[in-house]
Amino acid sequence: MATLAPNTFSIEAYLAEDSSRDLLRFSTAGSVDDGKSTLIGRLLYDTKSVYEDNLKSIEGKGTTAPGVLDLALLTDGLRAEREQGITIDVAYRYFSTERRKFIIADTPGHEQYTRNMATGASTASLAIVLVDARKGVLIQSRRHACITALLGVPHVLVAINKMDLVGYDEGVFEAIRRDFTAFFDELGELKPANIYFVPVSALTGDNVVHSTLAMPWYHGPSLLQLLESVPAADARADAPFRLAVQRVLRPNLDFRGFAGQIAAGTIRPGDAIMALPSRRTSKVKSIVTFDGELQQAYAPQSVTLTLEDEIDVSRGDILVSPESASVVTTNLTASLVWMDQNPLELNRRYLLKHTSRTVHAQVKSVGYRLDIATLEHQPASTLTLNGIGVVEIESVQPLAVDRYASSRITGSFVLIDPVTNATAAAGMIRDAVPVATGLRSASGPVSLEERANRWRHSGAYVELSGPVAFADDVERALFVRGAAVLRPDTASAETMAAMSAAGALVLTHTVAETQSVTVAGHHAAIASVDELIKFLEVHDILIGDSIH
Amino acid sequence: MSAAAATTLTHLELLEAESIHILREVASEFERPVMLYSIGKDSTVMLRLAQKAFYPAPIPFPLLHIDTGFKFREMIDFRDKMAASVGAELLVWRNEPAIAAGTNPIALDTKRCCGLLKTQALLDGLNHYGFNAAFGGARRDEEKSRAKERIYSFRDKAGQWDPKNQRPELWNLYNSRIHPGESIRVFPLSNWTEMDVWQYIYQENIPIVDLYYAKERPMYVRGETLLPIEQSFVARLGEKPQMVKSRLRSLGCSPCTGAIRSDADTLPKIIAELMGFKESERANRVIDHDQEGSMELKKREGYF
Repeated sequence: MATLAPNTFSIEAYLAEDSSRDLLRFSTAGSVDDGKSTLIGRLLYDTKSVYEDNLKSIEGKGTTAPGVLDLALLTDGLRAEREQGITIDVAYRYFSTERRKFIIADTPGHEQYTRNMATGASTASLAIVLVDARKGVLIQSRRHACITALLGVPHVLVAINKMDLVGYDEGVFEAIRRDFTAFFDELGELKPANIYFVPVSALTGDNVVHSTLAMPWYHGPSLLQLLESVPAADARADAPFRLAVQRVLRPNLDFRGFAGQIAAGTIRPGDAIMALPSRRTSKVKSIVTFDGELQQAYAPQSVTLTLEDEIDVSRGDILVSPESASVVTTNLTASLVWMDQNPLELNRRYLLKHTSRTVHAQVKSVGYRLDIATLEHQPASTLTLNGIGVVEIESVQPLAVDRYASSRITGSFVLIDPVTNATAAAGMIRDAVPVATGLRSASGPVSLEERANRWRHSGAYVELSGPVAFADDVERALFVRGAAVLRPDTASAETMAAMSAAGALVLTHTVAETQSVTVAGHHAAIASVDELIKFLEVHDILIGDSIH
Repeated sequence: MSAAAATTLTHLELLEAESIHILREVASEFERPVMLYSIGKDSTVMLRLAQKAFYPAPIPFPLLHIDTGFKFREMIDFRDKMAASVGAELLVWRNEPAIAAGTNPIALDTKRCCGLLKTQALLDGLNHYGFNAAFGGARRDEEKSRAKERIYSFRDKAGQWDPKNQRPELWNLYNSRIHPGESIRVFPLSNWTEMDVWQYIYQENIPIVDLYYAKERPMYVRGETLLPIEQSFVARLGEKPQMVKSRLRSLGCSPCTGAIRSDADTLPKIIAELMGFKESERANRVIDHDQEGSMELKKREGYF
């Protein structure tokens, strides 16, 4: 290092220090004119996170007085927004201070984009709810606060903006604080764990990055000081262990590793684990990474685990600590944020994606619709775009879940419309009814593994589309292979779920011109029976080559 | 270090874990994924993350390079070396008819040149091989319209992006359902900043193309703009190259990539230079300045 110039010596010290900084994700929400984009522009500008060419590109534009930069333009990205003058989507922004790095999810304020706000809040550790000091707590602000709470954001920062326009009046600030506190109290169990109030002016910069002399009555931290000091991540390293298997890695016959991102907790070699929904148990043999084996790993690291025993684990299974396992269920109660133009249809088949597992599911009933401004529970039979409600869901295949309040990763899911493929809803699990333990095969005289070894496949529900001849050929080919293949003429979702859970290969068929298959959320166009067999092998349903 | 600090990930560890999660999801949910490898620093970081995601198994998808024919020779050499060293299959696609017709940014304008040699070549290449999910190294902090791009960026049958009709992405749940003929672009580095990428290259000791490091190189000097001499047709009448200690801040096609004067011949010096930088990295790329919102227009048409 002796050859380096003095300035590079200091850069190395900086790099060492920088590499230890953590990361805070926060979201912003506010009404159309609350000045949200200006606030973010101000944060970026005052922390010197804006490049000169970007500043140059906004000079003389926008709606501010001559000579005053319209900082909102730094974040309003899309042409449609420039034309309409509103923020219509989630925009992600990045900046850093000496203390930590930040990711901002800048979300739209307009009511019709409630879903985007929920999207931004879903990964945030902190949410900034903006209130216009002149207007007080509007319906819009209550809506934002409610969604933030519903999405389980642990820290909520209410920024009372445009204080410069009310003469920096303490009375205005206190009145809004009182109103908002009363609203948070009404949220009951959803009330965020930590709530802060900060009076700011995004336009002038008061209390955004730097403390201000304009409000001597306010003794709290500036908005940035708060952002720098709240805990950055959910403390999940001491929670019960959860890892959803994304992929089974089998580079050779001697290695079988389960790759996934730790959703909660800590794991060490020797720790007992249970695979769900099968409930088989084993011990962790090693924690494998490209950078060497680890002696411990914790949320949210991405790792690969090898196990002591050869138990059947595949994508979509969850590895958990046996003493504090997730609930295995087909019946759950959840809050839904409806995100699709097409309203919710009861008893219609949706795809439910939970961690790395995709199953078929139906919404059986709507308990109530939540008016997120008044917090009223209204009777409802459906949910429409941006509607929020509590529903009962039944899945065809079992899921291993946690309550959202205890785990945002294993407690959340999305519903996908299987026809349009749109993401129809975001769900947060409130409660789940455990299925009777041990599907008869798990502890009965014949185990699922024994059945799989004889039949050379695991249980699965296979949806075929195409000409009748195609389905016939598939059924015949599987039968000849020795599969326990069933193609019921009529069967309820429950029956088919029970048959596939017991180890059978259940086929259904829809007449169509083009041939395709859907299994466990995987969909593919299929040219031939051979290709279908290969598809089922790739997805770990059929085992190896056919037996003769 | 306190006990609490031992179970808090640093920002780079967090970003790495998130990117690996995305790479594994796509590789497991799509029949025909591919990684667009552009040879630049972001792509090279993405390639390292792919190695990490599937280790000890090999990367389960091929790499695809869209070659415009205007890439620096050092880039092509580096590309071949990297692909071999990670043991990945490398595919190269060129819009040969357009290249044969002499397409270049002087004869056309940069917009039409990019349209033929990059966008069209990319769409043709993806179609030719039937790829339905393509990883790209784009980051949201690069440009304003990228800030709103999803991690799974859905493209219609013509490969086009509709910014008004994007799927919501909540938590770490990605909707991978597509109809036949549709595809997605996936951006595992979405949440990385330019500084994060450099920090990671430094921390992980990842090799990068020599062009990023400053050394004496022949350049056409036009005021503040330095143009590499690789393509002689960019020269104006009577213009002579000069030796300038310089480097490239981002790697594009040689006729459209300006160099910067720099003494940064080590990674720490590059990072030090970056910290003092006043211009964003794309400022030296001619293409983004064609018109206001030009990146968004390109993306709508199918550009990465």
